[in-house]
Amino acid sequence: MSITSEKSISALRMRGINKSFPGVRALIDVNFEISNGEVVALIGENGAGKSTLMNILGGVHQPDSGSIEVNGDNTSIRSVSHADQLGIGFVHQELNILDNLDVGANVFLGREPRRLGIIDTKSISEQTKPFIEMLGLDISPETPVSELSIGQQQMVEIAKALSKNAKMIIMDEPTSSLTISETDKLLAVIAELREKEIAIIYISHRLGEVSQCADRVVALRDGANAGELSRDEINHDSMVSLMVGRTLERNTPDYSPITSEEEGLEVSNLRTTAYPDRKVSFRVAAGEILGMAGLVGAGRSELAQAIFGVDTTLEGEVKINGHEVKRGSSRASIDSGIYLAPEDRKRTGLVTEFDINKNVSLASLQKHSNRLGLIDNSSEESAAEEQVQSLNIKTPSTQTPVINLSGGNQQKVVLAKWLSMSPNAIIFDEPTRGIDVGAKAEIYKLMRNLANQGVAVWMISSDMEEVLGISDRIAVMHEGRITGEITRENFSEEAIMHLAVGGKTE
Amino acid sequence: MGNSKLGLVRKNRRELGMFGLLIALVIITSLGTRESGVMGLFESKFLTPDNLKNISREIGIYGIFSIGVGIVIITAGIDLSVGSLMALLGVVFLYFVTPPETRPDSFLAKIIPEISWPMAIIFTLAMGTLVGLMQGLLVGKLKLQAFIVTLCGLLSYRGLARFSADDTSINLSNSEQDLSFVRYLGEGSLADVLNNGNGSGILHSIPMSFVYLIGFALLFGIILHRSVFGRYIFAAGRNELATKYSGINTSIVIAFAYVIAGFCTAFASIPFCIYTGSVQPATHGAFFELYAIAAAVLGGCSLKGGEGSIIGILIGTAILIVLRNMVNLFGYPTPLSDAITGGVIFIGVLLDRHGASSIVRLLTKKNKTA
Repeated sequence: MSITSEKSISALRMRGINKSFPGVRALIDVNFEISNGEVVALIGENGAGKSTLMNILGGVHQPDSGSIEVNGDNTSIRSVSHADQLGIGFVHQELNILDNLDVGANVFLGREPRRLGIIDTKSISEQTKPFIEMLGLDISPETPVSELSIGQQQMVEIAKALSKNAKMIIMDEPTSSLTISETDKLLAVIAELREKEIAIIYISHRLGEVSQCADRVVALRDGANAGELSRDEINHDSMVSLMVGRTLERNTPDYSPITSEEEGLEVSNLRTTAYPDRKVSFRVAAGEILGMAGLVGAGRSELAQAIFGVDTTLEGEVKINGHEVKRGSSRASIDSGIYLAPEDRKRTGLVTEFDINKNVSLASLQKHSNRLGLIDNSSEESAAEEQVQSLNIKTPSTQTPVINLSGGNQQKVVLAKWLSMSPNAIIFDEPTRGIDVGAKAEIYKLMRNLANQGVAVWMISSDMEEVLGISDRIAVMHEGRITGEITRENFSEEAIMHLAVGGKTE
Repeated sequence: MGNSKLGLVRKNRRELGMFGLLIALVIITSLGTRESGVMGLFESKFLTPDNLKNISREIGIYGIFSIGVGIVIITAGIDLSVGSLMALLGVVFLYFVTPPETRPDSFLAKIIPEISWPMAIIFTLAMGTLVGLMQGLLVGKLKLQAFIVTLCGLLSYRGLARFSADDTSINLSNSEQDLSFVRYLGEGSLADVLNNGNGSGILHSIPMSFVYLIGFALLFGIILHRSVFGRYIFAAGRNELATKYSGINTSIVIAFAYVIAGFCTAFASIPFCIYTGSVQPATHGAFFELYAIAAAVLGGCSLKGGEGSIIGILIGTAILIVLRNMVNLFGYPTPLSDAITGGVIFIGVLLDRHGASSIVRLLTKKNKTA
């Protein structure tokens, strides 16, 4: 009956798992099974119960009821270290890596081999080497982690799990901050681990990757099993409909051509501190969505920050609808209607402990205050209330601290801040990172609406599907310069990749 | 409506808790120092008009500079220079109002001219504010760590004060100006100021420093909790980057908090040195920065920034002063006073973070697993 029945025993079998938290039934009779050498993707919207299920597997939470079998033996996973002993490794979404230590020290953190009570660094290096070689990392065990890219750090985490003899590795959103090429590398490593009979549970919102690497897909919805897909059933639409329980209409934006030469955001000969010897020029027309693709480190975010004025501009000018905008001042950009929804919402987009009211009004308090500089709370609240309604932000009230909202709703609060003012151009830097499918679709719709209202929309994204699906035009950056632009009729993954690694068009 | 009242309570939970602690301290001290007899409570040594007046004078002076330090703490900064700055400004103020020939033989003593007391007040305030501006620019603009910048201040202002006073005490009594009115302003009561020293009744029991504190509390309460600038202070303290990304010049916001702290310290230094009558530069205002930090933290300011309130700082200050008074009245050795203060702050902060019930739960849980 089961797809995996040909294999003798499952590496893991979870049956009838229930788990409640105060006020929430997080898991309801969930079943989950995986065999050695199988890659199972666990998908579901945020809040569907994926993290809770994996935290039970990782020994962080105890289930209220249900049984767990590891290699055919009934067990309960009592703690994180017990999970380690059972051979269950966990690579977390937020890397648990200490960047003041070297690679070997991270891999053996907490179980350092010792000689006479002193850490035996030689033995650490020797034991670390085979793992980093196996993962195709071209670094020495003594390399400080701070010198590694995010993708390499991820590999160090995987090496750590493998060094603990993990027979099963849980990867929670492993590619959310990886470049395209790093993602490809990770997928290759996953294939290799599968060859070594290691079971991999792959949690991701990026359905493209899931279709590439998964043998089987298990979907959760509202804390319960929502269905499974075997290898040949896996495709974008089938996964989405399992997750949301209905068929979402695919995002097919109406193409809006550049209307006027004068209108929009125009960047000429801009030099940033990230790439001081490169000059960047490009234009986002009013009413257009320009997607900007490229590898992480290509300088896209730095370019956005310089244009927005939070980073220094060495040279060059930025015009909005024909008017030049003063450099090096986010105030000047905001006053001229250029807004940035930054990549790292929690660090730069929101004051997360503040409530919705205060976040929405933060950039426009002048509008909500009198001549003495005293804030008019009711004007502030009604502005926030209006945005909560129009953006469909799911929250008990506008006095809820944004830290309590889901990722998608947090992103909407960032947008609410800008939409309560009058945008001429909005820069979206990785607008849907860590956001579930339903909220993603809403954000895309919003971007399209903005464009239709004549706003110049510039979207920086590392999500290939997103760039291809949403943009009217795509520009690609490589090492600080724009290597090419692709018009809609020439959109393809290959064309983007070609430019992203530095190739020239024609 | 009941709901919004509940929200108000929840929002000010921390302040309410500390207010409870203050009331408890007042009751304990009153009961502990009462005379025997039925009406003994009203004969309490704590509740005598003189004692209450002294307490409120101290609360006034400590409260003013604690407000400044509290605002700095809300920006996720710290100001360690308060006590030393008070010593330096005390020396400077007394030099301003005394003839040069009565001063000790030092560099600063020679260059500071004698000026009338109103001018002396203005210049002292300006100097404290300038020192705050300097520290503010170092922290806000040059992004130096507040702890280091103000630690250097703590050391150098104290050293400068001692050097310029030749390490001897400077006395207000050397002044040849008619200082009766400024004495009323500094150490007198509201009645003294209004009626030129002839006051009586309730006004006579209200020290001027307490009146100043009420003014400061109202002014900075409105600035911090009602104004755009106050919102920026909280936002910059919570998440400076996100605040900057909202188009706010956080360098200036943060720098200005230190300017406020400098001004508050300078303002408090004047009644304080008039009250003490002389400035012994080695000890004048010693540890005041720590009392200010303690008051702010007791009152709900988080050293991580972005949290706190003026009313909380006032309650924190009052707790410290009442506690010290309690130690004195109970006849405990004065040296023990700081130890007791430290213990109470610790318990207060512990209860505030975890709450009595959760501490009990934590302890019993540990016992179970052990």
